Formats: sequence, structure tokens, C-alpha cells
Amino acid sequence: MSANFLRKALCVMAAVPAMAMSAAAGAQEPLKVGFVYVSPIGEAGWTWQQDTGRKEMEAALGNKVKTTYVEDVPEGADAERVIRDLAQQGNKLIFTTSFGYMNPTLKVARQFPDVKFVHSTGYKTAANVATTNSRFYEARYLAGIIAGKMTKSNVAGYVGAFPIPEVLQGINAFTRGMRSVNPKAEVRVIWVNSWFDPGKERDAALALIGQGADVVTHHTDSTATVQAAEEKGKYAVAYHSDMKRFGPHAQLAAVTHHWGKYFTKEAQDVLNGTWKSDSTWGGIKEGMAAIEGFGPAVPAELKQLVLDKQAEIVAGTLAPFAGPLKDNEGKVRLESGVLDDAGLNKMNYYVEGVAGKLPTSK
Amino acid sequence: MDALAPLLASAINAGTPLMLAALGLLINEKSGVINLGSEGMMLVAAVIGFAVTLHSGSVAVGFMAGAISGMVLAGFFAWLTVWLGANQVATGLALSLFGAGASAYIGIDYVGETLQGGRYGIPLLEDIPLLGTALFRQHPMVYFSLVLCAAIIWFLNRTRAGLILRAVGESPSSAHSLGYDVRRIRLAALLFGGACCGLAGAFMSLVYTPMWVEDMVAGRGWIALALTTFATWRPARVLAGAYLFGGITILTYHMQALGVPIASQLLSMLPYLATVLVLVLISRNASWIRLNMPASLGKNFNPNT
Repeated sequence: MSANFLRKALCVMAAVPAMAMSAAAGAQEPLKVGFVYVSPIGEAGWTWQQDTGRKEMEAALGNKVKTTYVEDVPEGADAERVIRDLAQQGNKLIFTTSFGYMNPTLKVARQFPDVKFVHSTGYKTAANVATTNSRFYEARYLAGIIAGKMTKSNVAGYVGAFPIPEVLQGINAFTRGMRSVNPKAEVRVIWVNSWFDPGKERDAALALIGQGADVVTHHTDSTATVQAAEEKGKYAVAYHSDMKRFGPHAQLAAVTHHWGKYFTKEAQDVLNGTWKSDSTWGGIKEGMAAIEGFGPAVPAELKQLVLDKQAEIVAGTLAPFAGPLKDNEGKVRLESGVLDDAGLNKMNYYVEGVAGKLPTSK
Repeated sequence: MDALAPLLASAINAGTPLMLAALGLLINEKSGVINLGSEGMMLVAAVIGFAVTLHSGSVAVGFMAGAISGMVLAGFFAWLTVWLGANQVATGLALSLFGAGASAYIGIDYVGETLQGGRYGIPLLEDIPLLGTALFRQHPMVYFSLVLCAAIIWFLNRTRAGLILRAVGESPSSAHSLGYDVRRIRLAALLFGGACCGLAGAFMSLVYTPMWVEDMVAGRGWIALALTTFATWRPARVLAGAYLFGGITILTYHMQALGVPIASQLLSMLPYLATVLVLVLISRNASWIRLNMPASLGKNFNPNT
């Protein structure tokens, strides 16, 4: 039972006396930082990466900060209550780490103007609410290159949660990366309509493998897709976290996102009194997205190719969504140049190379 | 054709937990007791089976632990309803709600842990092209569930004990006046049902996923309950219904991957739509249901009045 349970209990116990102590500590008191997580921390996945970021921030700032987190908070009315509780407990900086916390965050922010809020993956800001997101699609493009070189059937399978722009960016970048080295490649997508349902994710991955995909990847939160690939002797690209432990032979690489540096900077800004509301969208260059955890199946020259391409992305000479950008119905979405953030945020089509039709498209 | 074998294999895999749970519930209902706690029992069994397997390293021990935890909850249910005369529907709902919360609490530390999925197969048979992949590379529990189904058909129709069980479900007072201990027979039926739901829950966390996550049974306990009615209390129809429901879910994924232009949300709805449709069709011919439905289903029996 242990560590996790104790941590939880300690968080609750720490919150109450901390308020009393803070008066005694006077000017030396640490900045209290709160985190709201949408799922249990677990051992891999979106929330796991957020919590890793929290720990990195603690390590970087030492006793200047004091963190509290609440995990497994459903998006909705409960979220507002939890966020308000954190603000009332004296947290001066609160990270709300899921898209569905957007409106609750803004609502609580209006009631606590002296508390700073950072909301992940949303698009609404306020004087005391900043937003952040990761350009993980850059790493998806690189993962696509690996998949394109490693596939023998020229079919990759993609388990998607919901057909929203964030997920489509990943599918499309992956497909473009794959076809940049293998023009015959095709990506098939199955939507499971859930962020976290290992049973469904596994069934979807097996269905894709059954239809000839020899590389599968996922934009869902569990390790089920990687495990299914391992079991069937196929390849997988992990998402969120390095999942080598769950697919030692299957994992070709992992597309990951990292928050430690960003969290640290935000906390430091609050400590310095220089915090400003803004919208941070960081990619590989900023260290917020990465491709890592290369598996044993990836040959050295391919790894080198990926690292070269990564350097090009960092240098700004390569962009996953540069024109001409064609969707899979032949319509040109971008003639030339690089797709801007507004275009990314509104992405509602499959690029050339993805099979099938988007369930939302008419 | 190549896609067909994995589709069949996945459908059987997806149908197995439904069948295990529904067979247990069928025996419950044949004795005249309806236990709506199946979802809760499955969840608790899933987490306990998973935890035990993780610590012991043995899937078989995990299944056993799952079955026992299902029996413990069912025993509690039996005490409340059969002995204390509590309302069966309310108690069953409470058991489901309790199971959901309790399993989440017990499972806090097991979220994110995973078991190594094994490879199973029946020697020789598994090498038959197409059929081998489709039918003979399943977990042993899949074959056990088929044996169980056959055993229940035999038990209900061919044995004296089966006859007594059905008599208790039809008319507990007649069975009582013939000298049968109605409460003990119902307890036995409920314990069997609990064990089956336990196996179904453990199958979810040990074979199907294989991992533990909160609320992972995801309504399959309720589908199993619907399945007993869908099958008009006949074990053979439970088998067909379970594979049908499993198959529809899997088919939705295969159709998506093939690029069939059909909304995934619509496909997700299909299993439930099928249940309603079949229920409507069956209800049109009332004798189908009445012949098989235990007459005293859901009614408590007190031998002292």
C-alpha cells in the first residue's frame, strides 16, 4: 500500500499545519504550488509525465517551493471544487493539467486574482491564467520516419482517442514522417472514444495488427497498445512515456513530452515577481517534446537519420507541416510555407496517406 | 480472409467474461434470486485477482482469489437477502456501487502495474490454418467457460439437483413443503454465481487487458445481466449471445480500420441497440420468456411464515 497511499495521506496532513506554520516562517516561506491531475499517476502516461515535471521542479528549486497534488480528478464540477480548495489552501501557483479543466480554471481564477494558474492544452487565457502545450507532433514526425523505414507491410496502425485537432496533429505528422521515407506507406486509424480504456485500446491494436499493420502507435493513455504489439511480435511507437518495460522488443521509440523545465521557469517567475500570463507552446527545441527510448530493433544508421532530422527541426529548416500540404481527399490545405498555430489548432482532416474518412467530416 | 481469424479470436476473447458472468447469474436467477451486484463483484474480483497474481506470480492462483472474492461478496448478499429478507434489487445495486468504490480503493497501488501476457495454444490444433488462430490459441479459461456452459446445461436438464434448483426458483413454498431447505439452496446458487462473476472479473484483469485500472469492467456486469434475459434463461443462448456481443465490439474496430465510412460512435452503440432489439422481438412472443423465466424471480422467501 504504501508509497502512494502514504503520499496521499501526507499531502492532506501537510496542507493544514502548513498554513499555520507559514505565518511563523515569515518571509522565508516557500512558494506553494498545486497540481491537478486527470488520472492516477500510475507508472506511465500523460499524468506520469506531469508528475515527473513536478518532481524536477522540486529538485531544481529545492526548499523555495512546496508542492501539493491531487490525482484522478474528473473533468467537470469536481475539478472546480478541487482547484478552489488548492487556492484556498494558499497555493500561489496552480497547474491544471488537462484540457477539460479549462473553464473551471478560469472560473476559480476570477475569484483568486492573486493566484497564478497555468492550464495545459487549452486556448483561453486571462490576466492570471497562462496556457501551455507541447509540440509533440514534431517528435511524431520523427517516429513516422522510423516506422516508414521499419515497416515491411507498408501499413501502420494508429489507435486514437477522439478526433480532435491535438490527436489529428499527431496522426498527420506521423503519416507525413512515414511517407517522407516510404511513399507507399499507409496509416490506418481506429478511434476508441476514450482516453483511457486498456481493454478497448488493446482490441483496437489487435484489430490493426490483424489487418496487416506491423507498426502500431497510440494517442491514448495506457500501455495496452505497446503490450499488444509485444505479444504479437510487431513494432510499436509509445506515446507520453518511454514504455520499454512494457514492450522491450516491440518499442521502436517513444514520443514523449517533458514539463520540468517549464514548471520550474513558471515557479521561478512567480518567485521573482515577473510572472506574466502567456501561451507557451514548446517543441523539441524547447525540450518539451522528445523522441527517445530507441528499441533494439532500430539500426544505428536509422537512429542517426532521425537525429539528423531532429537537428533540422530544431534549426527550423524542417517542419512537419510545410506546404504543399494535401489532405487524403486530394484537397490542398496549404500551398507553401509552414502551417501556423491557428491552422494547427483547427486541424480537422487526415493528410494524404491516412486511410479512411474522419468520423467528424461530412 | 486473413483478417477473419483474428476477428474471431478477439470476439471469443471479448465474449468470454460476459459468458462466465452470465452463466453464474443464470444459476442465481434459476433459484429465484436476482443479484444486480455482478458489476461490483467483477470489479472487486478483477483487482484482487490481479493483486494476487502480481504477488504470487501465478495466474491460476489469481483466478482462484478472484473466484473466492466473488463468493465472499455473494455470500454477504445472500445473508442480507435470503436470511434477513432485504430487497434483492436494492441490495444488488448497493453491492455494485460498493464494489466500484472498494475496488478503486484497493487498486490504488496497482494502477500501472502490468502482467506479461502469455502465449497459449493447443498443440497440433493451433497449427491448423485460419481455424488455429481463430479458435485454438486462447487462454485455458476460454475453454473452461465452454465446459462450464455444457456442464450447466447438463446440470439443469439432466440431474436431480438441477431439478430441485429450478423448483426452488419456480415455487419456493412447494419446494419447502417437500422438505428442501430453500435458503441453503439459494445460498449455494448465489455462491456459485459469485464465483463465476469472480472468474469473469479476474479474466478481465488477468487475460483480457491484462492490467488493472479503475472501473475497467466498464459495464460488462450489466451486459451480463441483460444477457441472461436476452438468452431467456437458456445456457446455450447465453453462449451465443456472449460471442455476439463480443463480436459486435470487435467488428466495429475492424470496420474502422478497413475504412468503412461509418461513425465509430454509432458502432459503439450497437451492442446495446442489439440487446434492446432482441428484447423487443422476444417480448412479442411472450410464451418464449414465460416458459423459461423462474416464476418467483426476485421474490424473497421466508420459511417461517
